Amino acid sequence: MRGAPQLHGAARLGVRSLALALVALAPMASPVEAQIDGEAVYVKWCAGCHGEDGTGNGPAANTMLPRPRDFTRALYQVRTTASGQLPTDADILKVIDLGMPGTAMPGWEDVLTQEERLALVDYLKTFSRFFEGEPPTQLDFGSATRGTEEAIARGREVFETVECWRCHGQQGRGDGESAPTLNDDTGFPIFPADLSANWTFNGGGSVEEIYRVMLTGLDGTPMPTQSDIVDAGVITNEDLWALAHYVRSLSPEQQPEVREVVSAGRITGGAVPETVSDEAWQDVESIYVPLVGQVVVKPRWFNPRVRGVWVQALHDGQELALLVSWTDPSMSPDPTWMDFAQQIIETMAPGDEGAATAPGAPDQLVVQFPATLSDGMERPFFLQGDARRPTNTWTWRADAPGAVESIARGLGTAVPQPDGEQHVTTVVQHAEGEWKVLFRRSLDTGGPEDLVLPVGQAVPVAFQAWDGDNGESGNQGAVSTWYFLFLEQPTPISVYVAPPIALVLTLLFGALVIRQAQWEASGARRDVTRRRRGFRLTKAVARACGMAVGVAWLGMAFGAYQSASAGRDAGHSDLGFWWTVIGALLAIAGLSAMIGTWIHTRTNDRRRQHD
Amino acid sequence: MIDRLWQNRGVAVVAAGLMAAGCGGSEGGGSDTSGGGAAEPAASPVDAATVGHASGMVTFAGTAPAMAEIDMSTEATCAAKHSMTPTDETVVVGDGGGLANVFVYVKEGLESLDFPTPSDAVLLDQDGCMYIPHVIGVQAGQDFMLRNSDGLLHNINASPTANRGFNVSQPVSMEASRSFPTAEIMVPVRCDVHGWMSSYIGVVDHPYFAVTGPDGSVSLEGLPPGNYVVEAWHEVYGTVTQSITVATGATAELSLEFTSGMSAAHVPLGEPLDLMHPQGQRVVDHQ
Repeated sequence: MRGAPQLHGAARLGVRSLALALVALAPMASPVEAQIDGEAVYVKWCAGCHGEDGTGNGPAANTMLPRPRDFTRALYQVRTTASGQLPTDADILKVIDLGMPGTAMPGWEDVLTQEERLALVDYLKTFSRFFEGEPPTQLDFGSATRGTEEAIARGREVFETVECWRCHGQQGRGDGESAPTLNDDTGFPIFPADLSANWTFNGGGSVEEIYRVMLTGLDGTPMPTQSDIVDAGVITNEDLWALAHYVRSLSPEQQPEVREVVSAGRITGGAVPETVSDEAWQDVESIYVPLVGQVVVKPRWFNPRVRGVWVQALHDGQELALLVSWTDPSMSPDPTWMDFAQQIIETMAPGDEGAATAPGAPDQLVVQFPATLSDGMERPFFLQGDARRPTNTWTWRADAPGAVESIARGLGTAVPQPDGEQHVTTVVQHAEGEWKVLFRRSLDTGGPEDLVLPVGQAVPVAFQAWDGDNGESGNQGAVSTWYFLFLEQPTPISVYVAPPIALVLTLLFGALVIRQAQWEASGARRDVTRRRRGFRLTKAVARACGMAVGVAWLGMAFGAYQSASAGRDAGHSDLGFWWTVIGALLAIAGLSAMIGTWIHTRTNDRRRQHD
Repeated sequence: MIDRLWQNRGVAVVAAGLMAAGCGGSEGGGSDTSGGGAAEPAASPVDAATVGHASGMVTFAGTAPAMAEIDMSTEATCAAKHSMTPTDETVVVGDGGGLANVFVYVKEGLESLDFPTPSDAVLLDQDGCMYIPHVIGVQAGQDFMLRNSDGLLHNINASPTANRGFNVSQPVSMEASRSFPTAEIMVPVRCDVHGWMSSYIGVVDHPYFAVTGPDGSVSLEGLPPGNYVVEAWHEVYGTVTQSITVATGATAELSLEFTSGMSAAHVPLGEPLDLMHPQGQRVVDHQ
């Protein structure tokens, strides 16, 4: 063991000598390539996790799962080559550029120059002598078939034939029977991809990339190649494309945008839904709230299982219904996941103060509000507040009914409100690897410590989630920053009536102005007398009309600005934007009308004097 | 020791590179044992008239750990194939104290000979959600057949270090063929779908290897006369070696003993035997 660094040095020397010898001998080698020192780039940016010796045992490695890649094994997940083969240079570069979603590996495209990244590719290859052999052959992936409904339906059949569900689960949420027993090649626990979140796929979430991963497998993980099945005629290549289309169809069409506001629509003529499967939810927009590991307060957590929650909300003026859904393969604590959780706990920074030492924790979800609303943008500390600004938390646990309302002054300090002051009810469902928890509470419970949820005002809200079977408990879980919950007001009738009226008025005023201008233009210096007589009359009318139109338009502009600000408050930034644009146009029109009227009437006065 | 080998290798490769410059290649490096190197099937370098044999037992002394029962309740098809509850095959000791599933091979003494690659394939079957056999041996470059006899999803995930691995999906009864070009003791194989399924493949660059049967018996046939070091490898107890002398027409006795006290022994996995092979070397050997 003590000899290892020496060995490493000697080996490196050998590789370098070889490289030098080859460069000296190969007339094709470009001298420019030697300019950037890949080793220096590696030591500066990569060694912290991957280790200076490339074995993946850098100082930061023991907080990570999956562990950083061990380059000495030359095993790369994302490739365009057959199972077990080396990656191409382009394959390595792609992962450096884009990172590995769902792991600690970030993309470096914007951090390092192209030359640095290319030098890095060359340097990584020196960690294994496999790269001294023949360069790998890239597979021919053909082109995608069309993702028709038939293809997707066929893909589902292939999903059954190939038995993807054994690990990924029937709906692809990683809840298959074999999921709790999976290890990667280095013996660390690993879980199957959540097929309902294609933006977290290693190797990319497009149909083409999914197909490619199925053909190449993800080396070093339990994900095998399907190419032998195609070769043996068990399924056709078209079937494999169909499977790729089906897998793609399990995720949203667009990667969810992160939005700041969860809007709770107002239900009229009825109460909020009482079940998670109520039809009313189908028409309610689902907002994706991403979560990250809690890495601020010890013991920290770098391996959160819940990557995000989907939030829907409705209210009826009396009560709020908040439906939170997220992927979680098991109802923790689940005995079949106990070994997995134990492995995770042993693997993740075991020295971290106060970390759990045994599995068996339940899944949990916390919905968090400020204990009191402030007028400004000030919000409590996002990790359950602090002594100065406490938070009001609703904590749901998989092993207890209902949810507990508490006042918290920092992580782990939540003090439940008295029994008589518990007002949150829950309805819970766990199916196909997904939790759905419906929280309901009166907008105004009358409780002294309860936040009164105001209608028509954005209320800060945050979420925290724990997957017990991933070894999570206490401070070790996933957290979000603050978002907003906006309880929509009943839509005033004016919203529907005002725009047509404004339109008609605008047209009328416009016609009036044009008519006036036309009259003015044809105003014929022919008949001065008539003009004069007519003029006096018309001028008064024109001035009055012009000014009135201007004032009316300015008034409408003001209304538009009010709509804009209401829209923004409601979280509809697009409404805010367009009403601002309309307001600006109306204001310009109004001012133009007034200025124009003033200039015209003044000019006419002057012209009359000349006459 | 390894240090020096590596240094030597560095020098050797550079020297070879310099010498091979005229040919424009860095292939080879003087390897005499490359499995895939022969352009045409070479004849065996062994004169059949002069050979002898080695035969004997691999035994286990001490109390063998009880093997855990395998819970196949989630896999009815496989469970039905077993008349008795199947148990883990890690330590299988026969009635006479023989240790099964030990890979026995000639470690030293054959370096000067170059053996042809056999054309027949070695079978690694998956039957009743068990690997049958639990341990196999192949010659470098020789095909082995991965067979699924269960008709349900297995994946065969091999994690060598001197060779490139593979991870093959077999959702139905089917076969797939693979080979390892480089000698390696040993290549672990697992099924990720069924966490209890594991197997090992020993890869050597000559035909003198065998796996002990249930009674611990083993024999290596047709060895050219000479002195050899025979090594026995077990997945828990590591390795033991024995020096033997084989004479024409005679059978040298193999007697290799593992003891329960060796349970903390180092178990070589994926360490390349052939340090001169152009591929398959690890720059860093971290154990």
